[in-house]
Amino acid sequence: MIAEHLTQASYLLSAALFILSLRWLSHPKTARRGLAAGVLGMAAAVAGTLLHPGIISFTWIVVAAVIGTIIGVPLSRVPLTAVPQRTALSHAFGGLAAGLVGTAKYILWLQEGHLTTFRMSAITIEVILGFLTFTGSLMAAGKLQEIIPTRPITYPGQNVINLSLLGIAVAAGIGLVYRPELWYLFPLIIVLSLAFGVLLVVPIGGADMPTVISLLNAYAGLAAVAMGFALENKVLIIAGALDGSSGLILSIIMCRAMNRSFTNVLFGAFGQVQTSATAGEAKTAKSGTPQDVADLLGNAERVVIVPGYGMAVSQAQHRVREIYDVLTKKGIDVKFAIHPVAGRMPGHMNVLLAEAEIPYDALVEMEDINRDLPQTDVVLVIGANDVVNPAARHDPKSPIYGMPIIDADKAKFVIANKRSMNPGFAGIDNELYYMDNTLMLFGDAKGALGEVVKALSGEGGGH
Amino acid sequence: MAAIDLWSMLFVLVLATFIGLQVIQGVSRLLHTPLMSLTNAISAIAVVGSIIIAGEQKTMLSTVLGVVAVAASVTNIVSGFLITDRMLKMFRERAPKQEPRA
Repeated sequence: MIAEHLTQASYLLSAALFILSLRWLSHPKTARRGLAAGVLGMAAAVAGTLLHPGIISFTWIVVAAVIGTIIGVPLSRVPLTAVPQRTALSHAFGGLAAGLVGTAKYILWLQEGHLTTFRMSAITIEVILGFLTFTGSLMAAGKLQEIIPTRPITYPGQNVINLSLLGIAVAAGIGLVYRPELWYLFPLIIVLSLAFGVLLVVPIGGADMPTVISLLNAYAGLAAVAMGFALENKVLIIAGALDGSSGLILSIIMCRAMNRSFTNVLFGAFGQVQTSATAGEAKTAKSGTPQDVADLLGNAERVVIVPGYGMAVSQAQHRVREIYDVLTKKGIDVKFAIHPVAGRMPGHMNVLLAEAEIPYDALVEMEDINRDLPQTDVVLVIGANDVVNPAARHDPKSPIYGMPIIDADKAKFVIANKRSMNPGFAGIDNELYYMDNTLMLFGDAKGALGEVVKALSGEGGGH
Repeated sequence: MAAIDLWSMLFVLVLATFIGLQVIQGVSRLLHTPLMSLTNAISAIAVVGSIIIAGEQKTMLSTVLGVVAVAASVTNIVSGFLITDRMLKMFRERAPKQEPRA
């Protein structure tokens, strides 16, 4: 019995440490302390579990832990541009673990005759959430890695089919709750949940990935909560609830930043219907050389840089940092405007810029930077498109109408770096590029910005 | 299972959710990517359920499922904590130093 008390005490300690861990993550100054608390909390929970009297052998546990470490270490060393894929993949592992534990518990309790109504309900929820999170996250990771086409894939009756699959899985689950011995319903639930996960993410496009990843994060958390109920383990419930609420809050922030609802993201297949209808209208954008761009930047007093997914794709964050350095040295005020959905996951741009050693106090949130933009001399847009499209403010017909944007068009000059004039993800033309005070800098961000740095430093040396 | 256990678990869930919502709302947007990798690692607490199943070795099938679940959870724990550490090290304040460009 002493072992049982020790186990519970370690779980209690672990739960407290997890809460502190997230509490300390609120600010970069205390964040690493938060990480330490998280590691300690996990260590306490694992230590407490290893005291469990039912464990007859540690061999396979150790083997599994070694395998996990062998996979986990390289996964933590991926380039930061690949962090969204890694995150999606880890949601997949989390979902898989929940699904497998639920399955194992069903098999064991079925044999032992311990399947109460309550346990069966918890296991059903755990298994459905776990397996749909598993395949859904694998699909998301595939799209982010561009193994699977990132554009939304749609077909007629999609939503009806998807919801029917989920409906049948839930119905089979209810059947099991009343008649746990109908074992053949269990594999059916697994297969349907796996299929539903795939079909849920297939119609969702690349730019909606921040929301999808956050939502899958919430599902993974809920699966852990359900596991906690099945195993009557409170630390599982607490950690799952923390993870679930984190996913929920991030999803809400992402949806608000796109002015869209959950249902719209999940079932809307954004970007599929738009065709380049405005292409017939002959509009011309002015194209500038790196030297032109360098002149504009070099003569400004206040510069705001708006990074987008294009910067991540081209790995241009270090060139951006060089521009930041040269301009700051000239006494020019340089800030970064971060849109919540820029990139492919929440906070993606912040991490990339931090990697390039840009101080975090230069990174400004959308709401705050918009106040400064009318007094800004030059806005440099790097691989961002929809988040600076003024149509979101004034064109009710635009698919992104109502989405909060960074008001780049209000600055005196705009420089926009793009690979070509192809419209962005949503297939929407961006009038920002055709404004009189906009200069386009065509080319891959890394190369083009490298040229600008050269021009800037050359000019600096000549004075 | 006594009804009281179900209710105490529901109390734990509701209270933990409120704490979670409160605490997460306080996390700076700067750190949303590390937040996600940290909560990834924390939700790999599923490892406690997996360890028992893998260690009890009651049936061949349950042991295999448990071992895979332990491996998946440990992957998340290891990679989640390590990458969070890697990212958090990168966030630094504006320093007065002027570094020459390489």
